[in-house]
Amino acid sequence: MANCGCTEYSRAGRGLPAIEPGMPLPAGTGLTRRSFLSRASGLAMSVYGAASLGPKAFEAGIAAAAAQSAEPRILVSVFLSGGVDSLTVLAPTGHSRYGSLRPALAMPADQGIPFAEDASLRWHPSVASLATLHDEGKLTVFPAVGYDDPNQSHFTSRHYWEVGEVNPSGRWGWLGRFLDRHGAPDNPLQGLTLGWELQPSLAARQVPVATVSRPDQYDFWSPGVWGPVHDQMLEAFGQLGEAATGDAGLRYARAQVTATSTLRSQLEPFQSGYSTPAGVTYPDAELGRRLAALSAMIEGGLPLRVVAVETGGYDTHSNQAQTLAPDLDEVTRSLLAFQRDLEARGLADRVLVHVWSEFGRRPEENGSGTDHGAAGVGFVIGSRASGEMVGSFPGLLDSQLDGADNLRATSDFRGAYRALLEQWLEVDAGEIIPGASSFPAPTLVRP
Amino acid sequence: MGDTKWVDPVAPADAAARRRKRRKRKTRPRCQPKRRPRARADSLYAVDSKRRRRKAKRRVCQKKRRKPVRRVPLQPVPPPPAPPSGGGAAPEFRLSSPVATWSGAFGVREAERLLWRAGFGPSPGHAQALAGMGLHRAVAALTRPEGGQTFTGAAPTDGDGNPLAPEDAWGHDHLWFLDRMVRTDQPLVERMTLIWHDWFATSNDGVGQQNLMLAQNELFRRHWLGSFDQLVHDVTADPAMIVWLNLDQNTRWNPNENYARELMELFTLGADRGAYTETDVRELARALTGWDNDWSGELGYHNFRFVQNRHDASAKTVFGQTGAFGWEQAAAMCVRHPLHASFFVEKLWSYFIPVPPPDGDRAALEQLYVQSGWQVRPVVEAILLHPLLHEGPRMVKPPVVFLAGMLRALRRAIDTEAWTWLCEGAGQVLFHPPDVSGWDDSRWLDTSTVRGRWELVGYALAGRELEDEAITGYDISETPETALALARAAWGDPQLTGETAAVLTAFAEACVAGSLANWQRRQYRGLRQNALRHLLYFSPDLQTS
Repeated sequence: MANCGCTEYSRAGRGLPAIEPGMPLPAGTGLTRRSFLSRASGLAMSVYGAASLGPKAFEAGIAAAAAQSAEPRILVSVFLSGGVDSLTVLAPTGHSRYGSLRPALAMPADQGIPFAEDASLRWHPSVASLATLHDEGKLTVFPAVGYDDPNQSHFTSRHYWEVGEVNPSGRWGWLGRFLDRHGAPDNPLQGLTLGWELQPSLAARQVPVATVSRPDQYDFWSPGVWGPVHDQMLEAFGQLGEAATGDAGLRYARAQVTATSTLRSQLEPFQSGYSTPAGVTYPDAELGRRLAALSAMIEGGLPLRVVAVETGGYDTHSNQAQTLAPDLDEVTRSLLAFQRDLEARGLADRVLVHVWSEFGRRPEENGSGTDHGAAGVGFVIGSRASGEMVGSFPGLLDSQLDGADNLRATSDFRGAYRALLEQWLEVDAGEIIPGASSFPAPTLVRP
Repeated sequence: MGDTKWVDPVAPADAAARRRKRRKRKTRPRCQPKRRPRARADSLYAVDSKRRRRKAKRRVCQKKRRKPVRRVPLQPVPPPPAPPSGGGAAPEFRLSSPVATWSGAFGVREAERLLWRAGFGPSPGHAQALAGMGLHRAVAALTRPEGGQTFTGAAPTDGDGNPLAPEDAWGHDHLWFLDRMVRTDQPLVERMTLIWHDWFATSNDGVGQQNLMLAQNELFRRHWLGSFDQLVHDVTADPAMIVWLNLDQNTRWNPNENYARELMELFTLGADRGAYTETDVRELARALTGWDNDWSGELGYHNFRFVQNRHDASAKTVFGQTGAFGWEQAAAMCVRHPLHASFFVEKLWSYFIPVPPPDGDRAALEQLYVQSGWQVRPVVEAILLHPLLHEGPRMVKPPVVFLAGMLRALRRAIDTEAWTWLCEGAGQVLFHPPDVSGWDDSRWLDTSTVRGRWELVGYALAGRELEDEAITGYDISETPETALALARAAWGDPQLTGETAAVLTAFAEACVAGSLANWQRRQYRGLRQNALRHLLYFSPDLQTS
């Protein structure tokens, strides 16, 4: 429902976000049927089989896969919403104030898993999957990432991370701006939200982006309609979005209908399901299921470029000891399974995962939980990740915390974005992140 | 929301930032309500009711999808409202407003929009009746109804013919509120209840007790157009809110800032407007200490009370004033803050009109609001009369509003639990806003929720579609124009744009084009009628008002 008006301003006053109307359906392709089948081995052989699909669906699948002939690198953004407690993930057991700041929540110094890059920190047992990835050199750690003058509102701080600048009135996501400059005008899958609603980091001004919960659940059934009339109906579905209009609200609704129609044709080949390589097991949880689908979609040749997924529950004002560890365990096991899945499919060199949260939590606990803090923990995961810590742990002494008794940032999220854009997506970060050159870019990608 | 911009509006990305924030914010199940879908006994996580529900939903979904739906008899719907004074004759009846009022025609098209913005759309004949009253009487019929609500039509059931169990069964709270939207004769009462539910967004994901959620809902309904000052006061003492934002854990020994921050940021003042500082958050949290409750396996959280010994009775400095403030002062100080009225007017306005008020009108409404003693009714009346509502751009209907209107148009009672998970796919489950900032009105539609709306329309029509002989024996000579007229009539003749009518007519022609056998000419025309009804209500014209 409505909010403060601010969102309404953008809608009416400055044109609508997201997709423009009149967007063409995916163009045909030079790919032959044979090359399509050979590329999409495994999954595709069983899913795209001509026997189980009509020729129309097959053509749509080819068109979708074709949009991506160069097999570009893919960046996956995983947002841990609520503000994850970095002092649980990497417990500063070697710092003298840790115990007094966290009388109830501190992890004893003999528990957890040593962190090779800083002996004063130890991984919490619930994030053992991260320790494994780190040992393999596939995990880059930001022990205290943030920005100067941190904002402790979930909404504001998350917004800064999403628009890639400390600017309350930024309107487009940083990944959306990347797509505006380097994406295609007709491919919603280039910016994919895995979830029920668009991740704002993908909000693009000019090009279409997509939201889908699972690719095998994207059919359009209608009671008492089938056969050729249903085919015609789906064409009319797309046409309902195409007409131009001067009404901003109607324009927005029509653009979304068109994007949905385009995505429907792209995902048509997945309607009979997807498979996961033998030996790879995801936790039975939403994030795991989504990452499993993502891996199949990448192998299936769908034209993905940047992907965003959110997993929540980290606003642990209370009962942190009971709730946080199970969530961390599930999420980090899902991330490890995704890496193993990509390795099994031979795709690991093409995918990099960035994990972030809007802020860390206050070092001093509030009784059974922790309140909003400032700098927090972040990661880059992948076979091509540098594996080297970015910035150091800032310390917990009075003189080391900021004026609000929160952790100080030792790296800036905009520097991380700059590095991801330059080193992974291989584009000019200055065109996407305002003032990018003023933030040092850490080495995030192994050459 | 409140977040960022008052001063400098905007940012869809930022707006959406509110969305998921505290998705599972209170993950711990403070006490599990009895749920109809069997809870997973093997779940490792004592928490995460949400995840569990998702699983439950999926099961239901797989089981029920595409199953033939029971044929439902037509249900009566509420009669059109009578004008407040009882008669329709006095043309000079006028509500007062300090700002411009719409002076153009008030016909069926305008009445339809008013009913969508201030309610859940017309039931058959409703817009025509309202148009006959003129604008001021029509608005007064919504804002000043006489007597209590009347609910017309069959009582809601769960799909097996059983009455709802809104305090106990999972999803029945959603159905219970949805039913009120469908059957009420005072739609603005329910629409304002929905608005306050969004404004003071509380989720059962964190509360875990439907009885507390329903009690809060009744609180919102009671205050629908009353005093916002009293509403904030009562919300601060509301059990569901006390659990949701940890007021019961906010003690003089361990202050918990959760409620204090959101009270200012999202409920009364807005972030980043210079209205308060981080120090104010911490001081206000101390003023709000003292709430407590009991918990038992049988009752869950109960016996909510203020305990003096848990309260920090020492002096606090909030907004530059110092005193031994308690929770009532804390709530009142936020409403009396000089930057509250502007926050309130902007936010309330945004629920009804998608463009900001002109500066002069905004200032006049702020003045009206403060001088009336923070009364909501006069501000809402001025908004509903404002020219920008009647001639400005369209708004996307929230998913439950879209669905309730569809059921009103179809005269269909709540007769299935499917609406709960179908609404989740469309992006809105009542009593489960995504986080404390509520639903994001600027992002209702995307490639996921658009598909969710397609399913809503499909399920609304399921059980009523033409089938068997109605298809094989369909009129072989029906023209596309006649087919479209019939489809419109099935929905109570809603207004369509020329573009949409053209697409639908072209579709109606295309699906019977070419050389077809006689049986195909009949059958395809029957299928075409089913398809037209679905496409028509799904069209962007009907997604917006």
